[in-house]
Amino acid sequence: MDRRRIKPVEALSLHVPEPLVRPGDKPDFSHVDIPEPGKARRPPENCTAMDIRDLARGVVRVLDGNRAVGEWAQDTDLDTCVKGLRAMIKVRAYDERMLLAQRQGKTSFYMQCKGEEAIAVGQRLALQPGDMCFPTYRQQGLLIAQDYPLLEMICQIFSNSHDTLRGRQLPVLYSSKEYGFFSLSGNLGTQFVQAVGWAMASAIEGNDRIASGWIGEGSTAESDFHSALVFASVYKPPVILNVVNNQWAISSFQGVSGGESITFAERAHGYGIPSLRVDGNDFLAVYAVSRWAEQRARANLGPTLIEWLTYRVGPHSTSDDPSQYRPKEESEAWPLGHPIERLKNYLIAQGRWSEEQHEQTVAELQQEVLDATRKAETYGTLDDGPMPSATDMFEGVYKEMPDHLKRQRQKLGV
Amino acid sequence: MARMNMIEAIRDAMDTAMGVDKRVVVFGEDVGYYGGVFRCTQGLQKKYGKSRVFDTPINESGIIGVAIGMAAYGLRPVAEIQFADYVYPGYDQIVSEAARLRHRSAGDFSAPLVVRMPCGGGIHGGQTHSQSPEALFTHVAGLKTVIPSNPSDAKGMLIAAIEDDDPVIYFEPKRLYNGPFDGHHDQPLTSWRNHPLGEVPDGHHRVALGEAALRSEGDDITLLVYGTLVHVALAAVRELGIAADVLDLRSLIPLDLEAIVRSVKKTGRCVIAHEATLTSGFGAELSALVQEHCFWHLEAPIERVTGWDTPYPHAQEWYYFPGPERLKKAIRHVLDATPAKQS
Repeated sequence: MDRRRIKPVEALSLHVPEPLVRPGDKPDFSHVDIPEPGKARRPPENCTAMDIRDLARGVVRVLDGNRAVGEWAQDTDLDTCVKGLRAMIKVRAYDERMLLAQRQGKTSFYMQCKGEEAIAVGQRLALQPGDMCFPTYRQQGLLIAQDYPLLEMICQIFSNSHDTLRGRQLPVLYSSKEYGFFSLSGNLGTQFVQAVGWAMASAIEGNDRIASGWIGEGSTAESDFHSALVFASVYKPPVILNVVNNQWAISSFQGVSGGESITFAERAHGYGIPSLRVDGNDFLAVYAVSRWAEQRARANLGPTLIEWLTYRVGPHSTSDDPSQYRPKEESEAWPLGHPIERLKNYLIAQGRWSEEQHEQTVAELQQEVLDATRKAETYGTLDDGPMPSATDMFEGVYKEMPDHLKRQRQKLGV
Repeated sequence: MARMNMIEAIRDAMDTAMGVDKRVVVFGEDVGYYGGVFRCTQGLQKKYGKSRVFDTPINESGIIGVAIGMAAYGLRPVAEIQFADYVYPGYDQIVSEAARLRHRSAGDFSAPLVVRMPCGGGIHGGQTHSQSPEALFTHVAGLKTVIPSNPSDAKGMLIAAIEDDDPVIYFEPKRLYNGPFDGHHDQPLTSWRNHPLGEVPDGHHRVALGEAALRSEGDDITLLVYGTLVHVALAAVRELGIAADVLDLRSLIPLDLEAIVRSVKKTGRCVIAHEATLTSGFGAELSALVQEHCFWHLEAPIERVTGWDTPYPHAQEWYYFPGPERLKKAIRHVLDATPAKQS
C-alpha cells in the first residue's frame, strides 16, 4: 500500500524566482507587507534573539505623515533630525554633481545612493567618534554626515593629483581611518566579517569602541555573510550588522538572494543574533534603532543585525540601465516614500523647518558641492589629468618596496 | 640555546612574541584548549588567557576575515589554518583583502597578520593533507611567503613574520616537524636533537625575511630548494659525492635573487626542486629568473624536480614525492650535459 500522503509529480521542476513585474508592467509591491507606523515595540537592550523574533518580520516605523509615533519616537530629538536632513540634502547634491561629472567624462564611474540617504546618515549620527564602519559603496552618507571634506571625496572620484588614494582605487571606494570609514574593497561581502574581527579586537583589548558592518541584501548570499554571523554569534563582539535591502542587486530582485521565503533579518535567528527589520526611508526609525543597537554593543550585549527596508531609486552604477529589467515607475510606487521628503515634511510640521529654509539649504549645499568640484578640477580629472604618477603604482604594495618591484619600476622607466 | 624540534620552535616563537607584545593574538581550529592538532600552540592559552589564544569555528574565510579586521584595528593576529589544504575558503580574504589593503588605502589601513599553515606530504595524508600551495600566494602582489626548513629558522622567521608590517603566509613543512626528513622514507627518521639547526637561540631570535641560506657549498652545481627539499637535496649531494651549493631559499617573496645569481654564476649549472606540482609552480619563476640573470653563465639547461601535476596521492605517495633518487638523476643529467652530447 502506498503510504505517501502527497503524490510525486511526473517530472520534477526547478523553482527560479521571478519578480512580479518587468518593464512595461504596472509596479506592484503588494507582496511587501508594510505595517502601520508606531506599532513595533521597543524592547529592552538586553533582549535575546528569540525575545524579539517578531521584529524581524515586522517593520519598525516612526514617521506617520507629519508625526512621530510609537515607542521608538522618543529616541530622536529635533536637532538630530535637522542635522540629518542637512547631511541627506548634501549627499543628494553630491550624488547629482558626481553623476554629471561622470557624464562629462571627468571620471569613469559613479554610484549614487538616491533613496537610501537616511540609512548611512542616520546610523553615523548614532555612532561615536572612534567607531569603525565597514561600508559598501552606497554609504557615502557615513562620510558626509561627519562633514568629511567634499574636496577629498571628489579628488578620489577624479583620480587626480590630489587623490589621497593616489589613483589606485575605482571611484567611490574611499578610505578614511580618521573618520571611521574602512577602506572599501569593491568585492562584495568580504568586509562584513572584517567588521566582526575589528569588533572582536576592540573587545580583546578592553576598549569601548564598536564596529558597524554593511552589506547589501544581494551579497548576503556570499559565504562571508555566514562567516560574519557565525563569528558574531560565537564571540558576541560589539558590532552592528547592517543589511541594506534596496530590493535590487544590479538586475536581480531580492528573491534571487533568498528573500522570497524569509526576511533578511530573520536569517540572524539561526545564529541567535537579535535582529530587526526597519523602514530605512524613515530617518527617525533609522536613528532610533541604530542607537538601540549601538547601546547594546557598548554595553557588551553583543551583535545586532538590522535589515533596512529601502529601494534603490537609481541604477546600480553609471554602467547600469534598470529600464531593461524593472518598470520605470517602480521607484515612485515604492510604499515607503523618499527619506528626504519625509523628514522635511516632519520637521516643517514640528515648526523646525520651512519650504524656504529647505530651498535655501538645497541651493547652499549645491553651491558648496559645486565649489568643491571646481576646486577639485584644478587638481585634475581622469580625462584631462594631472593624474597620480606612474611610480605611485609600485609604492605601498609592501611597507618597504622589495627588490623585484624596484626592478619592475626601473623597467617601466619611472 | 635550547634543543627543540620544529613544533617546539614554532611554539617558542609565538610564546616569545606574545610575551613582549600584547597585541599578538593566536587563534584557529583546535588551537586553544587542545593546543592545535600538531601541538604548536600547546600551553599558550593557559599562559596568555582565552581572549588571546582561542578556538575558532571551522570557517577559514571567517578566520582570515576576522584576522584582517583585527590587524586593521591594530592587533597582530597569528591565524592557524589546520592544513594548507584547507586554506582555499579563506583565499579570497587573503588575495582580495589582506594583500591589497595597504595599497588600495594608500597606507591608511594595513593588515599585519600571519597565516600559519602546515604543508607538504610524506605523512600518508592523501590529497587533502599534503599539498604545497605556495605558488598560489607568491603570485599575489602584497603578500610575503616564507617556508622554514629547520627549528632555528622556524622560530626566527615566525618572530620576523609576526613583527612584519605586511601579511605573511608562513608554511610549515609538516614532515620536518620531528626531524630533518631527507626523503629516505624507508629509513628511520633522525631527530632534530642531533642536528645543529635543532639548536634554537633563546628569547628574541629573528631571521630576516628575504635572505637565503647556503646549506652546503661547492662549485659543481647549484640546487635551489626550500622546506623539506633542502634535506632531500643535501642527501642527494652527499650520496653523489659531489660539491654543490645547496641554497635554502627560506623566503620566496621577498626572494634573495642576489644569492641565487651569485651561486649559479659560480657553478653554471642549476637544478630546482620543490614538492608542489610542476606547472606554474614556484620553480618556473626561479627557472625564468635564472635564465634572465645567468644565461651566459649557464653550461646546461636548468632542470626541475617536483611533484607531478596530479593530486597528491595516498598509496602512491612515494612515487609522487620528489625524493633523493629523482633528484640525483636530475643532478647527474645536468652535470653530464654538454653541448656536444646534446647535439
